[in-house]
Amino acid sequence: MTIVRSSFTLGGVVFKNRVLVASGTFGYGDECADLVDVSRIGGLITKSLSLNPRDGNPPRRIAGTASGMLNSIGLANIGARRFIAEKLPYLSRVETAVVANIAAGTVEEYCEVLSLLEQHEGVDGYEINVSCPNVREGGLSFGTSCPATADITRRLRALTRKPLIIKLTPNVTHISEIARAAEAEGADALSVMNTVIGMAVDVKTRKPVLSTVTGGLSGPAVKPIALAKVFEVVRAVKIPVIGIGGICTPTDALEFLITGASAVQVGTQNFIDPAAAVTIAEGISKFCDEQGIRDVGELVGTLDAKTGVSVLESWL
Amino acid sequence: MIQELCVVLGHRPAGENIFTLGFTSPAIARMTRAGQFLNIKVGGGADPLLRRPFSVYHTDGAVVEIVFNVIGRGTAALCRKQPGETIDVLGPLGVPFGIETPDFETGVLVAGGLGVAPMPLATRALRASGKQVVTFLGAHNAGSIVAAHLLNVRLSTDDGSSGFHGTVVDLARQSLARREFRRPKIFACGPTAMLRAVARLAEELEIACEVSLEGPMACGFGICQGCPVELAGGGYALMCKDGPVFDIRRIIL
Repeated sequence: MTIVRSSFTLGGVVFKNRVLVASGTFGYGDECADLVDVSRIGGLITKSLSLNPRDGNPPRRIAGTASGMLNSIGLANIGARRFIAEKLPYLSRVETAVVANIAAGTVEEYCEVLSLLEQHEGVDGYEINVSCPNVREGGLSFGTSCPATADITRRLRALTRKPLIIKLTPNVTHISEIARAAEAEGADALSVMNTVIGMAVDVKTRKPVLSTVTGGLSGPAVKPIALAKVFEVVRAVKIPVIGIGGICTPTDALEFLITGASAVQVGTQNFIDPAAAVTIAEGISKFCDEQGIRDVGELVGTLDAKTGVSVLESWL
Repeated sequence: MIQELCVVLGHRPAGENIFTLGFTSPAIARMTRAGQFLNIKVGGGADPLLRRPFSVYHTDGAVVEIVFNVIGRGTAALCRKQPGETIDVLGPLGVPFGIETPDFETGVLVAGGLGVAPMPLATRALRASGKQVVTFLGAHNAGSIVAAHLLNVRLSTDDGSSGFHGTVVDLARQSLARREFRRPKIFACGPTAMLRAVARLAEELEIACEVSLEGPMACGFGICQGCPVELAGGGYALMCKDGPVFDIRRIIL
């Protein structure tokens, strides 16, 4: 097997490969070290950080659905200061890019968390969660508004030269409009997408399964939605898009890359197989090798959406 | 904690709609301590997507056993596993029972239904630590009693078809209130309503008590944050990582 180039650069930071682990699905990295060589992951995106610790939502927080998972964790996290004291020492030694995900209730809190993290070594970039469907304040209320997304992006852009990635919600009429608002204010990249608002009902008790009634749907069930959102966003912006949504296999990831995502994140599948990102990155390299592709980047945005459907794919 | 593709040896019926399933894993058999659990991916596909948590029921050499009721898609698929097929096992996970502590002499095991699952290993560990063991085992009826690998078993059934007619907590209360056992500590596992009754009993009689909880979880080792347990002091612990065994005074059931 020849060497397939899999690294890519975003806002000056080199990522080893194009398969990252999604926020909230890999803890702070250290929890998974027994099960996977973290240095072989393309990039590690932390659990969302708020300024102060958050307990999260009451039980029940998760439910299994057909090929998917509903969650309403409510951004449970240890807060930026404990993260800096307890997790950054480990993360600064990890031999892969570390992106801190930030979620907050106010624009000021987003700024404060980012400013705190800027004072320390170990964080290579930021992903801004303006799309959590499970907390009342903040999150989604920013990500469904173009002016609010623009405002947060502008304010945070002024505070850092590191890569600034805005994570978008699919729970809007036109995700491309939000995408353009973030791009216009200097975002380096967009993560598409956060979870899809969903719900489950216990028919015996006639109660919602989740304590917050609705939650965020993830897993293979949402992959076609995520692909369509990536397709919409890559045609609307020039900055890189990171595809997220139900990626479990190399083929899933390849679909996103071909559609135009410059990289992908593996989320829910980490709960089932914490080494999934590594397996997927290796599978992508193998595919490229077999296809005579020397750089995974050559695949990005090669979707041929003009000249009819694929005849090679077997229906059966 | 390891993740391993394990070969299924087979199932055995253990009661009405109850099965044990054995598989080979020398490492998991060696590492597991009483009260710990496994998170098992039953099939390779996307449905059911998530792993399913099971207490380690028994170990013998390289063989690990779990016990389960067929109640949903995950357990139905597990029941169809044939000898020689594989399951993807993550474990051992969680905090085990506090058995080696010097603060008690008699381990009082209180199990309701399939809450019996962690008790064989608890029994073995208690004996290895030189403790006495007494087991209060409750079931719906005579057909759903799973009493293998246990010691000094006292039975109760909801319908009176075997042993004491009533709840297992009422049965345990009789003996514990009479101070029948030297320096007892309760280890309980079962439905939440039963564990609440155990908690009241332990508080009333001032007996140390650990409970093993069961509930929905995804990852099983703390990254998904999906299994909160309410703490008496406020906030939440995670059932998978901070439990499944908790000192009853620490949590609110």
